Parts: sequence; C-alpha cells; structure tokens
Amino acid sequence: MKSSIMVRVKQKQIAQLVSLGKRLDGRGLTDYREIQLEVGVAGRAEGSARVRLGKTEVMVGTKIEIGEPFPDVPDQGVLTVNAELVPLASPTFEPGPPDENSIELARVVDRGIRESKAIALEELCVEPGKKVFIIFVDVYVLNHDGNLIDASALAALAALLNTKMFKYEVKEGEIKVKPGYIPLPMKNYPIAVTFAKINDKLIVDPWLEEEQVMDARITITTDKDGKVCAAQKGGYGCFTTQQVLEAAKIAKEKAEELRKLVVKG
Amino acid sequence: MSQKKPEKLVDENDVRLDSRGLNKLRPIKIEVGVLGNADGSAYIEQGKNKILAAVYGPKEAHPKHLAIPDRALLRCRYHMAPFSVEERKSPAPSRREVELSKVITEAIEPAVLVEYYPRTSIDTFIEVLQADGGTRCAAITVASLALADAGIPMRGLVAACAAGKVEGRLLLDLTDVEDKGGEADLPLAWMPNLNAITLLQMDGSLTIDEFEQVVNMAVEGCKQIYELQKEVLKAKYVTVKEEVEE
Repeated sequence: MKSSIMVRVKQKQIAQLVSLGKRLDGRGLTDYREIQLEVGVAGRAEGSARVRLGKTEVMVGTKIEIGEPFPDVPDQGVLTVNAELVPLASPTFEPGPPDENSIELARVVDRGIRESKAIALEELCVEPGKKVFIIFVDVYVLNHDGNLIDASALAALAALLNTKMFKYEVKEGEIKVKPGYIPLPMKNYPIAVTFAKINDKLIVDPWLEEEQVMDARITITTDKDGKVCAAQKGGYGCFTTQQVLEAAKIAKEKAEELRKLVVKG
Repeated sequence: MSQKKPEKLVDENDVRLDSRGLNKLRPIKIEVGVLGNADGSAYIEQGKNKILAAVYGPKEAHPKHLAIPDRALLRCRYHMAPFSVEERKSPAPSRREVELSKVITEAIEPAVLVEYYPRTSIDTFIEVLQADGGTRCAAITVASLALADAGIPMRGLVAACAAGKVEGRLLLDLTDVEDKGGEADLPLAWMPNLNAITLLQMDGSLTIDEFEQVVNMAVEGCKQIYELQKEVLKAKYVTVKEEVEE
C-alpha cells in the first residue's frame, strides 16, 4: 500500500498536519470519529450489533450451540471469534479463506474478550467434560475505512451484551428447552483502543488514509477496572517504550468514554 | 503423559520451579550457520525451547504479483513441528501460527534494509522443534541472526523476550507452565540500535503500573539476549577469519 503514488502524496500532507497536532478530517489527535451503535440488527442471531465508526461499518452476530468443551477446561463454555473481511467492504478484500489480516483481527478481538473474562464461561457448562455452550462471535466487516479492530471489538461487546440464551433444564443428560430467555452471563467489558504512529506522534482511531501512511499501530485493550488485558503491535514500524506507556494511559481514558456507549447504567 | 500442574510456580523466596530468580533468563545457547542449503541459518535453545531458522534470499519474488517495486518482500513463516508440543500438533498452519508469522514479520522488518533489494523476496523459515513457552520471542531472536548470517543488510539485530505476572509477582522469560498458570504474559521484541519496540503483544491482566514495569523488565531481558547475539555472530566471523588466514 505504502508504495502507491497517491498514498505518498498524502503521506507528506498527513504527516505535516499531525506534527501540528491536526488531522485531515479535522479531528484532534486523540479524538474518535463519530460512533453509532445499534443492537439487535440480526433477528436470527442470538445477539447482534452494528457499529459505525465514521465510515467504517462492522456488524457482529452471535450464535449459541451445544458442543464439547476443551479437554483442559472441561467445566467451561467455549468462546470462538471469527472475522470475515468480505469483498463488498473494500476493493482490497478478496473472497477466499481468511487471510492473515482477518485472522489477526479475530484473534485480537478474541483476546480482549477472553483475557478480561468478559463472559462467565463457567456458567455455560451443562455437563462437565461432555456438554457446554459454545458462543460463536462472528465479526462481519461491511465497510472498511480504517481501525477495524476498535470497531469490531466494540460491536462484539455490544452483541454479547445483546445476546439472549434460551432457558433450559437438564433431564437425564438431555437438554430441554424451556420458554423464555436469559441474558448471556457477562462479567467484564473490554474496550480496544488503537493508535497509529505517524511522524513519531500517536493518533487515536486512524482512518484508512492514516492507516495507509502510518509507520506502525498499537492496540491496547483495557477492562472495566482500567486494567490492561490485551495488547497488539502491528505494522512494519516500531515504538519507543515511552510511546507504548503513553498509549496505555490514553487507552484507559478513551476506553472509559467508549464503554459508556455500550454498557448502560 | 501430561504432567500434573505443581501447586506453586514461585516459592516464598521468589525462586521459580526451574530454580531461577524472578528477573533471570533461561540458559540460552545459540549457533549460526547450522544448515547447508540456506543462505543463512541459526539455531537457538532457550531453556527447553529448540528453534531453527533459515533464510533464503534475496531472490525473485514468487508469486510475481507480490513483488514490491521499491523494496524487498520480507516474509517470515513461524511453524511448529507436530512433535514440538505435548499433544501432536497438526502440521497445517493454525490460526495462531498465521498470526505469529505476521507479527514476527512485522517485528523483524524494521531491522532489514528492504529498500536495497526491490522486487525480490527474502524468506525466513522458522521451525519450532521443541516448545516450552516464549517460542515467538526465541523465534525472533534466532530469525534476526539467520538474516545476519545470510548477509542481509540490517539496521541492527532484533532481540525478543517475554515478561509477565505469575502468582502476583512480575517475572522474566516465562516457561509454558508459568504462562498457562500465570496472570499475564507480554512478549516484546527490541531493537537496541533504534532503541525501539518492534513487537508487543499481551494477554492477561495488568494494571497500568504493572504494564509499565513488565515492559521495562522485558526490554532489560532483550538487552541481555542482544549481548549473546552479538557474541555468537562475532565468534563466527573470528572462526571464518582464522580459516581464511590458514
């Protein structure tokens, strides 16, 4: 991407602006784009959400199935996160099996949810070692305009909070569905905040043109207590220790703002 | 087959299961130039980790559409041998290996002068033969040596090391049991010549203060590994020089 001529032309302009503390779209260095959130957008899903982060658009649906637990945690439900960069979302996305970008996206979203222990997986065990609930979180990118990680993580959290489980009872090892629903048991609310490094400055929520010219990016996910639960550096550049620590501090503050959009009350 | 998890990973005197102190690295053994066919190669043993890396290139990029007009395409492939872990790992690349290949490439590329070799590819293959926690870091350490051994122009070496939190204490270079039984793990790669972090990942739970301490601890570990890397490379060229002079 970096070698295309248009990007090079913009690179200079974007870098100059950033050194003055400004951005092409008029935002401050630590401002997010406008965020719109809708939940319950997919009727067939157990839970769903659509996040618009500027022009970036991500939809997440959750499905619940019954399956076998992992042998090392026989008494816990299973969380599976998958991301699809479908070709309708960007001219650079191609059909086919998940590439390294979609795998990284899914794994960064997964790490935030898993490491913050957002879902009470221990409550999702039906029969230890044999039957547990499997929570599928499918991230579907609809329009790519930069910062897919934050948009996807936010949509995933909103979809999980929107997820309803059917009530059930266990009779002779069989699951019997009862009328009514209960919310998915949630314990924590992880929020990912991504920075791009341009001209040795950190900017929050890079949009596509900024991503194309950035040296590197770093994502810091913090939980409801302000603890860091996941981090991921990406891109072909590097960070100083001070930049990483600065990012962690800003991420914690920004996450508190974003969390209010998803978690009510 | 599987061993029982010990009750305590760190004892009351801050001594770990393998009798290391909190901020101590595992014993490290490194060799360079270990494979015949590769343009450059290196081997590392870090505790029970055993990892080989080989570099092929710069050569014509394949498939051709991947060639970049103004620089080389650097690719690192991280792969685990099926027998490298307790339960056989399928040799097909897992999602974890795909992600690690990506972040390892991104950790090493800042060190390589890719602009010297436009339209070519430089392929680094990393094979984990025996794994015991911290393999992505040891892989970066050994891959950067293999690149240097191949004579690829570089801005410096990359050293990598993890630090984390186990049973309330912060410690360096986690083993597999410490990683699995601990509260947090933060792998980090460091380029001493640029004074910069080129890989940082984390999972677990750390306060902002702990995060800072763990990052600094990992950087210190990387500095120690960097000294070993330099020694090994120098030693190799002393041997080469002696051979030439004979």
